[in-house]
Amino acid sequence: MAEKIGVYFDKSSLEPYLDLESLSEKIQNKWSSVCPVVRIVDQLASEQGHSTVKQDIDAGEIDAVSICGTSPRKDQEFFDFGQGVSMDRVNLRELCIWAYRNPDGSLPGDKDQPLDLQGMAQDYINMSMNKLQRSEVPEPEVLESVKKVLVLGGGWSGINAALSTAGAGYEVILVEKQKQLGGHAAQMYKTFPLKPPYTQAQEINLQERIEAVNQHPKITVYTGSTLQSLEGQPGNFTANIQVGSEQQQESVGAAVIATGWEEQDTSYLEPMGYGKHKNVITTWQLEQMAQKGEIVRPSDGAKPQSVAFVLGFSHVLEDFARQEEEEKARLEEERKKREEEEEDEAIEEPFQKTESYRHLPYTTELTTMTALKQARYIRENDESALSYIIYEHMTASGLNEHYYKAAQDDPGIMLTKGMISSLEESPQDRLVLGVEDNLIGEPVELEADLLVLPTGLVPTTALDPVVQLAYRQGKAFPELELFDGFADSNYICFPYETRRTGIYTAGCVHQPMSLAKSERDAQGAALKAIQCLESVNRGVSVHPRSGDLTYPKFNFVRCTQCRRCTIECPFGALEEDADGTPKPNIARCRRCGTCMGCCPERVIYFDNYSVGQIGAMISSIDVPEEMEEGGPRILILACENDAYPALDMAAQQGKKWSPYVRIIPVRCLGSVNTIWIADAMSKGNDGCLLLGCKYGEDYQCHFMKGSELCQSRMQNIGETLDKLGIETERVRQEEAAIDDYERIPQIIDNFVDEIFKLGPNPFKGF
Amino acid sequence: MAQSILVIGGGFSGMTAALEAAELGEEVYLVEKSPYLGGRVMQLNKYFPKLCPPSCGLEIQYQRIKNNRNLQVFTMADVVSVSGEAGNFEVTVKLRPRHTPASSVDLSRLAESLSQDADNEFEFGLVKRRPLYMSAPFAYPPRYVLDKENLSEEDRSKLSKSKQIDLDQEEKNITLQVGSIILATGWRPYDTSNLTNLGAGRIANCISNMQMERLAAPSGPTEGRIKRPSDDAAPKKVAFVQCAGSRDENHLNYCSYICCMASLKQARYLREQYPDSEVDIYYIDLRTPGRYENFAQQTLADENIQAIKGKVAEVEEDLASGDVWITAEDAISGRKLKTRYEMVVLATGMQPNLAQETLPLNLSTDEEGFVSESDTSGIIPAGCAVEPLDVMKSAQSGTAAAMKAIQTVRGR
Repeated sequence: MAEKIGVYFDKSSLEPYLDLESLSEKIQNKWSSVCPVVRIVDQLASEQGHSTVKQDIDAGEIDAVSICGTSPRKDQEFFDFGQGVSMDRVNLRELCIWAYRNPDGSLPGDKDQPLDLQGMAQDYINMSMNKLQRSEVPEPEVLESVKKVLVLGGGWSGINAALSTAGAGYEVILVEKQKQLGGHAAQMYKTFPLKPPYTQAQEINLQERIEAVNQHPKITVYTGSTLQSLEGQPGNFTANIQVGSEQQQESVGAAVIATGWEEQDTSYLEPMGYGKHKNVITTWQLEQMAQKGEIVRPSDGAKPQSVAFVLGFSHVLEDFARQEEEEKARLEEERKKREEEEEDEAIEEPFQKTESYRHLPYTTELTTMTALKQARYIRENDESALSYIIYEHMTASGLNEHYYKAAQDDPGIMLTKGMISSLEESPQDRLVLGVEDNLIGEPVELEADLLVLPTGLVPTTALDPVVQLAYRQGKAFPELELFDGFADSNYICFPYETRRTGIYTAGCVHQPMSLAKSERDAQGAALKAIQCLESVNRGVSVHPRSGDLTYPKFNFVRCTQCRRCTIECPFGALEEDADGTPKPNIARCRRCGTCMGCCPERVIYFDNYSVGQIGAMISSIDVPEEMEEGGPRILILACENDAYPALDMAAQQGKKWSPYVRIIPVRCLGSVNTIWIADAMSKGNDGCLLLGCKYGEDYQCHFMKGSELCQSRMQNIGETLDKLGIETERVRQEEAAIDDYERIPQIIDNFVDEIFKLGPNPFKGF
Repeated sequence: MAQSILVIGGGFSGMTAALEAAELGEEVYLVEKSPYLGGRVMQLNKYFPKLCPPSCGLEIQYQRIKNNRNLQVFTMADVVSVSGEAGNFEVTVKLRPRHTPASSVDLSRLAESLSQDADNEFEFGLVKRRPLYMSAPFAYPPRYVLDKENLSEEDRSKLSKSKQIDLDQEEKNITLQVGSIILATGWRPYDTSNLTNLGAGRIANCISNMQMERLAAPSGPTEGRIKRPSDDAAPKKVAFVQCAGSRDENHLNYCSYICCMASLKQARYLREQYPDSEVDIYYIDLRTPGRYENFAQQTLADENIQAIKGKVAEVEEDLASGDVWITAEDAISGRKLKTRYEMVVLATGMQPNLAQETLPLNLSTDEEGFVSESDTSGIIPAGCAVEPLDVMKSAQSGTAAAMKAIQTVRGR
């Protein structure tokens, strides 16, 4: 709790637009009991500026600092006064001076010091004073981590994840359901080239790596074993493992899920003759034959003289597409019905399989490369044999192009774009293919001893909960359906993000990928795993608030067991006891404050971020008694990750907006408690605007659900406002992306216009 | 044993590598040659397939950098010498002077008052810039740079009077002891001046895909309104020429991985901005690996976006209108097509920076300038220095590189 706050003004960024002398005087008068030091400094963002503040701290004059000047997004390096000092930045340059426009729409002259601007600055400084008085210096909760990582899946990715984790000095528990390590890689003859010059298929050095795993003193391998459940939290999970007929318990600090893929259901290949003609097989069958050293036709065991690889047949998949659409609609219908019937919100969604015909096109890059490789197998098997590759798009992306070129140089490999228009079996069990839309110019007929169809790859998480979390919100990763069953990240920039902290996925369960990419992916996931357990061990949050020392604290005495927080937490951080009292697992928590936002009793808080604190900041807004004279006042709560930077950027670009708004950044809209809105309205503010990230499919919220949850809370508060006789239009949530700097000022101005039309808040003056 | 890690290159891969290692607790130096971090993604308007702004992820990265005491960033910095070996490198880094304060002090008025203009590399020559400038619209670190080479006498004397400008600031060298080096030197768009046969540099309304990104970006020279260069008209019929330089022995002898998705994305920019616009995409193969397939399908479901399999044979300018004629052969029907467009976008590929630049390191690169991954040298390449990649894969690659670097410095 700050008791002695030093306030510092940065002359270089604030003059001549603000009258700093007058602001200082007002602060000294208003806050005399808590503010022993007020200084105007020439250039705060400088070494000299830093030492001015530091001297006051070292002299014991102050225990908290309010820096009034540039945006908190800038010049951070000059305002690091150590972790023991509360520090707040008051954004007077970007959000006041740069964005300022007179109420009549004109711009102030060079020497003007408009009163509205002065008042705005005053409000923001008062907010800062209130904020600092309600901020504790964060005390981290350090949990001792088990420095051991569970790697689930002993295929290529899992083996590599285990080796790199162990290589960095951590112990590994490697769990594989089969009797041997190796997974699919063990059943492969060769892989398409993974290194320069990318022209020759290569051996997979799998045995060497398995050997390395088996001999590594830090790796414990459980084969023929399955994960039964994963309980606890990062830093200290308990993995219950079924080893043969025995139950084994292992403590681990984090997990890498590398459970790979399954072959796609071959019924999707039936329209292409699979199951009907003996000599139609899949690439996966051919791979296993190659590995055994005998590539033969199933019908007569003869070496095939001509083999057709057909890579794309989207036109025959359309029926599946239709069926799956219908099935999806039916399930959605069922879900809605279930929701209506059940009064309580479902504790967990039942696991739903997401295997689809779409897994075939998702695998195109791999099946293309595999066909190029297997076409060579056929040539190796019998040098007079021919291979045909009929493709829709030759997806030999990136440096894989070299391998495609190498195939083109082989006179025994014919490649053409084309669409299969007919398929028949000749009396000799050969396949006769009609190929249209090809590059030859006219439809051709092609006869082959063997037709090879691509094996689609279905991630294991599309078929099974896999992670087996003993979490209230369910056993599996949430929202797998968004990624077609892959345990993928929603974030392009952060490929290892999942909604289950401390659990990272790698390899083909993550995305369809080659062995080379799987190896890298495994190293990356392994790093994230050890980073997480080390973060827990230091008592800090992981991404996206990495390094944050705060965490949600609960005043259980006042908890009414409503269970909102345990339902809404996007990360499943809260379990509950039999009565419904939340049981926090802070190492699962990402510190977004969604729990704080949803709590109707307001029992959840962070050391430096709380309902009371923001409430006090809102109270700092000096609302004019008469809207006609002093204008309306509108509170903006802006997501600090996107909307707030966008406002900053807009100001930097010279955009201006109404001087009647007051902006308070929040960790995430998910942390917005409706009491803030009620407070703002009861204090006479005329409107509230919430700016947050896009939600729904392709959501942008860094905390996954925050902006969406806030939206539904706002709908509820709308009803309450309505009962009080306050127009619901006075509270609005808008989506704003970080590059919406042109749109955001318009959103604000439009909202202010609407407030003018509505007139003053009926509660004003009460 | 030196325990620190050096990351060369502050683009997406390099930043990711540096942050991931630093957040594990390692001491990391990040060295970037340009004045800002973020590299190529800073120049992009949106990412495929989510069509979300790159600045969203960059903002998080910058926050992570600001909050991390294990990570030290040097911009306008070049690695000039490296000696030693894995576990024990001595690296000399040259820091070029900015001549401006080390803070976000607003120098816009001073910058505006200068007279001389210089080429704006960030905007790919679409506009000019002053010699005192922000190197990117929202550069991090948010500091001005003075390009002393491009000063008129008048400007120089004006600046010499400013308290904020230090014309005498000199470059200096620092020495770093590091155990491992991550090489994330990234890529540049293939130089379109090699593609005059496709109209580049010769025809005003024939632009590159990276120029298109700047035209579509709200922070770009047109504030996001796509206008063709010759007359600022809104282009309503636009062609994309795929593999402009890529998959071509005479230029880039590989596929650049991202250009198909980039053009599909840019077609969406156009369709969103001009609802009556039409787009043709001339391609050899449409390569949309993995779940990008969904994006391709959604985009091509738009009737006004046509994908034509065919190599572009000729690009000519209609001098009177500034329009562009494209002659191509439809590879499926065999028909020869000659079509008029208001603007043409060349889907130029990725060239590794190391094809053009050298570093004082013993690296094994292929003919095209990509670096091979090697396990023992203590030098770990990442991102597009290794192969053409999209942003997500660059991040994966950066994270993996951090892991390898950690193993090297921990000496296990």
